[in-house]
Amino acid sequence: MRPRTRDLFGAFMTISVSAFGGALPWARFVMVEKRHWLSDVEFNDVLAFCQFLPGPNIVNIAIVVGARFRGPLGASAALFGLLLPAFCIVVTLGALYSAYGRLDSLRDLFTGIAAAAAGLIVAMTEKMALPLVRRRALTSLPFFSAAFIMVGLLNWPLGWVLLCLAPMSIAARWWSKR
Amino acid sequence: MKGPFETLWFLAVHFAILSLLAFGGANTIIPEIHRQAVDVAHWTSNTEFADLFAIAQAAPGPNTLIVTLIGWYAAGLMGAVVATLAMCVPAALLTYAANRLWERFNEASWRITVQEGLMPVTVGIVAASAFILIRATVHGLPQLAVASATTLVSCTTRINPIWTLAAAAILGLSGLLGVSHG
Repeated sequence: MRPRTRDLFGAFMTISVSAFGGALPWARFVMVEKRHWLSDVEFNDVLAFCQFLPGPNIVNIAIVVGARFRGPLGASAALFGLLLPAFCIVVTLGALYSAYGRLDSLRDLFTGIAAAAAGLIVAMTEKMALPLVRRRALTSLPFFSAAFIMVGLLNWPLGWVLLCLAPMSIAARWWSKR
Repeated sequence: MKGPFETLWFLAVHFAILSLLAFGGANTIIPEIHRQAVDVAHWTSNTEFADLFAIAQAAPGPNTLIVTLIGWYAAGLMGAVVATLAMCVPAALLTYAANRLWERFNEASWRITVQEGLMPVTVGIVAASAFILIRATVHGLPQLAVASATTLVSCTTRINPIWTLAAAAILGLSGLLGVSHG
């Protein structure tokens, strides 16, 4: 079912206010698991596309998903749904900070949330990997591992990793389909 | 000292350019933002910058909103608005244009091959960011338990993740996760 413009605004508002410690697991939860706007494979494709473009991934996802269902208006609705609440919250917290200048309880709060948010991203990795594991586990493994090692262990800049791995991975896929 | 309009204009141009260099989110451009805000323009002190970074991370929404706070320190509420829009709108327009181009090839078989080819790399990068986050946030058994429990709940149930985050926040506030204030 095609979401209305106001559904897009609402969905990205939900993502915005709940996305503690990372917006991507929430984007997936809302659009794939809860509202069924995208299949698991479609979500992977959207994120793959957005990784190639500069700017925050979640902003790019809002644009792509909004535009897919409702054109420019949908894209704007999704973008402002995402930015508006987050902007208000962060400015309020900033104002509280410059008024009181103490962050101790915020830090305590964040220690807990950060650990859970990291756990959510681990879970998202597992969910995103499932369609690959089911269909072509063996041919995916070298490129999955290379990307993991370059970004996670060697801390190479993302742009270079994409430039280096994407052509090889696409060529390998093309080769195996011939 | 620059006038208010010059500062706003500077924020707009500076963050717009930076946003187009930020592949994979704000983390890649934090060093440059830090250099600008602390060393060059003296909008914030070093400690303030670190605290603002912590606030942007603790707040929901994109972590990129560190620029909102920097803009606020530089030029008040208008600065916050300008910095936020400068960070998001150029990237959004670029994505919109690129997406229109890409959708033109919706039916093309080579597009499907490209998407299938990209997927292992994308998932590998997401796995790497999960690994980096775990390494940065988990400093002991209690935190490891929280992270593992969250993963388990998210993978095996359909419970809204807000409940696991809330539980983790309460555990953090109660001091059970063993944070010390240095």
